[in-house]
Amino acid sequence: MTAPALQISALNKRFGGLPATKDVSLTVMPGERRLIIGPNGAGKTTLFNLVTGDLPPDSGSVRLFGQELIGVATPRRVALGLARTYQILTLFGRDTLIHNVVMALLGLSPLRWNPWVPLAGQRALYAAARDALARVGLAASAERVVAQTSYGERRRLELAMALAQQPKVLLLDEPLAGLSQEERQSVRGLLDSIPRDVTIVMIEHDMDTALAFAERITVLHYGQVIVEGTRAEVVADPRTREVYLGD
Amino acid sequence: MKRMVPPALGIALLLVLPLIVTNDFYLNLASQILIYGLLALSLNILLGYGGMVSLGHAAYLGIVSYTCVIVVGAGYGHAVAAAVAIVVSTASGAVFGVLALRASGLGFLMITLALGQIIWGVAYRWNDVTGGDNGIRYPARPSPFGLSIADTPSFYYFTAAVFAVALFCIWRLTRSPFGAALRGTRDQPRRMRMLGHDVWMIRWLAFVMSAFWGSVAGLLYIYYNLFISPHAISLQQSAEVLLMAILGGASTLTGPIIGAVIITLIKNVVSTYVDRWNSLLGAIFVVVVMFMPLGLVPGFRHLWERLAARGRRPALGADAAPEAGA
Repeated sequence: MTAPALQISALNKRFGGLPATKDVSLTVMPGERRLIIGPNGAGKTTLFNLVTGDLPPDSGSVRLFGQELIGVATPRRVALGLARTYQILTLFGRDTLIHNVVMALLGLSPLRWNPWVPLAGQRALYAAARDALARVGLAASAERVVAQTSYGERRRLELAMALAQQPKVLLLDEPLAGLSQEERQSVRGLLDSIPRDVTIVMIEHDMDTALAFAERITVLHYGQVIVEGTRAEVVADPRTREVYLGD
Repeated sequence: MKRMVPPALGIALLLVLPLIVTNDFYLNLASQILIYGLLALSLNILLGYGGMVSLGHAAYLGIVSYTCVIVVGAGYGHAVAAAVAIVVSTASGAVFGVLALRASGLGFLMITLALGQIIWGVAYRWNDVTGGDNGIRYPARPSPFGLSIADTPSFYYFTAAVFAVALFCIWRLTRSPFGAALRGTRDQPRRMRMLGHDVWMIRWLAFVMSAFWGSVAGLLYIYYNLFISPHAISLQQSAEVLLMAILGGASTLTGPIIGAVIITLIKNVVSTYVDRWNSLLGAIFVVVVMFMPLGLVPGFRHLWERLAARGRRPALGADAAPEAGA
């Protein structure tokens, strides 16, 4: 049996006295599309932050293809094949779109330590970055500065940066938030086109897209996993209705 | 080809200057400007590109100078002294970096300030080795590759050559992948980590590079003055270097050089006519910060672009594509 792509066991995190993540365990198999839902403040983004190492957990374990991540620095986790997008956009606003993607590619290239060669001369890097932008439909905007682009374009840039790194496990934090109907359509198509060798864990509030996309769903509430199962199971479960889908 | 014009002009100016400025006082001033310009450039690796404000940069000037004096005093030659001094000073920078990078922002600033003050304190108090408040002399300028740099024009050319090499290396750095990563850690450190960049290591390496070029400036300083005392490495000196970078424009490569030109000129020339030159410096700084908050170089560049656009519009129509400035 292959190791799970992502295995979280008994993960705990408190902010002061408030438990943000409480004894969370979940297992995502390679190639799976997992959706994490839950009301605001359920600890979804905190869970991502614990997986990426933005936050240290109080206890518990996170394994990526069997390798323990707790205690491993964030850049090292990225080198092991983890990538994420942010709910709150954190891009290099004064730089061009292509420069943003190049920074993502540099993160996994030993070239990033080179203080002598001109970055602009790295044709292979720029070609790969252009490919990544083309994948999300931003090829024509490559030379524009992020600050001058629309919100939808930035969301897609976030995706391009994550995809450019060719991750094994991709964490998407509300990739559709704030997008127009057409933009949603295009991002949805984009998500569907990601090959199956990438495992995806997604936080999303847009239930139509999310339910269509995910095979298995985990419902978080007050930092705890309360329901987990297939689409049908989770939607049918009365506890889901109680905490999330409303009366 | 057009982008080769500014560096060509710069080199031409450096070469021709001694032919125009024949007065020793002013040519020495040019050497001083280049030395402080290099010090400000090295500080700006941290400040402008890394977003880290250091108030202890004069420490390298001191470490290099005192080490040089001590090593030569122990009977070694100039070359050995220079090599040892640069290594000791850069290594000190590496240790300072480890200490200062435990914090960021204001904490970083306070630690660099404290480290600078420690070096100053050691120089001031350790009488037997440093001569304390009286300072200590370096015997004579070396003759690199058998060329004497004892007189004013030859020392100027020596300084200009070192300065040009350093500027070229720092220019390469700013355009390199490492330079881009350094700017990335300034703008979005958290995102940089999530992209696989080791933010601490990038900052530390920048700190060490900054210390190295600061040390090179320190070597020129001791060769120029042939004398070092605690006054040269006081907090005032560190603050002045910081001021040079900010005044000229920390976001640009050339800004710190312009800042060094202005501040060194005010200090040395205006001070012969005006007693309160420090107040004048303060006033200039306030005016610049008010009207050109990013510094003189970006400020004038912006002004120039606006004037150029205004001049062009009636004739050609507004079709000029804005060029992304580095």
